[in-house]
Amino acid sequence: AVLSSTAFADPHPDAELIIEGELHIATRAEPPEHLGGVFPEIYSGWLFRTDETRALQMDDFDNPGLLFAERGEDRWELAEGTANQSCADCHGDVESMAGVRAVMPKVNENGELWSLQNYINNCRTERMGADAWGWNSEPMKDVTSLISLQSRGMPVAVKIDGEAAEFWEKGREMYYTRFGQLELSCANCHEDNWGRMIRADHLSQGMSNGFPTYRLKNATIVPLHQRFRGCIRDTRGESFAEGAQEFRELELYVSSRGLGLPIEGISVRQ
Amino acid sequence: MTRRSLSAAFAATAVIWGGASYADISPADIVWEDEIAIPASLTGTPGDPAAGAEAFSSRSIGNCLSCHVNSDMPEHDFQGDIGPPVDGAGARWSEAELRGIVSDAKRMFPDSMMPTFYNDNPDDYIRPGEAYTARAYNPETFSTLLTAQQVEDVVAYLMTLTDW
Ligand code: HEC
Ligand code: HEC
Ligand code: HEC
Repeated sequence: AVLSSTAFADPHPDAELIIEGELHIATRAEPPEHLGGVFPEIYSGWLFRTDETRALQMDDFDNPGLLFAERGEDRWELAEGTANQSCADCHGDVESMAGVRAVMPKVNENGELWSLQNYINNCRTERMGADAWGWNSEPMKDVTSLISLQSRGMPVAVKIDGEAAEFWEKGREMYYTRFGQLELSCANCHEDNWGRMIRADHLSQGMSNGFPTYRLKNATIVPLHQRFRGCIRDTRGESFAEGAQEFRELELYVSSRGLGLPIEGISVRQ
Repeated sequence: MTRRSLSAAFAATAVIWGGASYADISPADIVWEDEIAIPASLTGTPGDPAAGAEAFSSRSIGNCLSCHVNSDMPEHDFQGDIGPPVDGAGARWSEAELRGIVSDAKRMFPDSMMPTFYNDNPDDYIRPGEAYTARAYNPETFSTLLTAQQVEDVVAYLMTLTDW
């Protein structure tokens, strides 16, 4: 009876993520070669959650994250800034954003590594003459949710070679750094101990394909960098800020661990 | 004088009772045996197993249950399974070894995931924070994860775990 932990061990053996009874999203994939065999298979974090939480993500009406994307549709159409233009004025239908989330973060034309949020804010400040949105702000959550949804089902396809290679290396180094007074690295929890319990928490492989995530505990969308912040906080460490260079490099590396896993659009986690 | 030697000096003058005078052994002053064990008490005051059990389970003290199953505590539902069960730890290890493991497990188990519970030197860490705030640590308040007496209490508790 004490060992309630072992009852939860490992990802769900055969659950299938099927949204609205028709869109099948794979939650298991062949590990990318660069991982050198540390995982037998890569798994979406969805497989590590309870039956109830998994079910929420299978129904767009029950998935509270979809409300953010709905608000994002209004923002997509809203003309703002000195140019008085909307996203739609230049990009047309938001479906034109299909595939964009799957390749983020990526190196921009100036050789900088940018996340989706950076591209959005660049359009706002440079093209629309509008204010930048905060990384964790409501409008940013709404529009990134909407844009991610356009890549639902498309495999993570970040580029890690060429100009991206140096950023990827730095992210990799960070992944194995033992941060904070508890001296824990991402790998300690998500590579060495996935499937195990850390008190009440069932450790996944720490994949990013589900982001942005609607977290029941926070009752809002949690952007990936905020999750990173939470994980570093839990090492009794000093975090980096959301949007920081270090977190964009970590984002690239973490995304590359999930190469091949489909983007879930907006996932639900506890 | 560093903050640590200052607090050691205060402790030396402050803690006097029963005719004997003890100062907590600071992390830097521990005398290790074979690099892995600590034969001498860190406080001179015998550990209290009940307080040790509380420190073992409490999320805000040792939170040892986050990584160890302990069948002596069936009242706690969620027990982690990152490390081995501690059942029988008191039969497997000597008191000096347990004091060493609880203070700095990485000596007994190199590269272990188990945190170092008795080290107050922020320079030994990468980006140490102010507890669980995600902010930078405060040099004035940075301290060991367990106090010297809590280490003694936890060790006394582990010594009672002889069944497995
Ligand atoms: C002390 C253990 C621990 C450490 C260290 C840790 N994490 Fe986590 N992480 C968790 C827990 C617990 C969760 C929530 C359950 C889960 O999905 O694993 C989580 C969740 C995640 C998720 C969300 C997965 C999903 O599908 O929702 C990502 C991504 C992640 N972590 C990345 C990281 C990265 C990157 C690092 C290093 C900066 C890191 N973690 C360090 C414990 C940890
Ligand atoms: C005045 C025109 C204009 C406006 C208004 C505009 N964009 Fe852009 N956007 C562009 C151009 C030009 C690019 C770069 C070329 C491209 O990738 O399409 C771009 C690129 C992007 C990208 C990167 C796409 C990629 O694949 O690299 C994203 C994401 C984006 N915009 C989102 C938005 C959002 C969200 C809004 C509204 C808040 C917006 N844009 C408003 C013109 C605009
Ligand atoms: C983050 C995980 C973690 C935490 C928290 C943790 N431990 Fe450990 N512990 C381990 C691991 C892993 C080992 C196995 C040693 C190794 O790394 O090979 C271990 C080993 C031990 C052992 C030796 C196991 C044996 O063979 O009997 C004892 C005793 C022990 N821990 C006690 C504690 C106590 C007491 C606490 C809290 C004050 C604690 N641990 C907190 C991870 C942890």
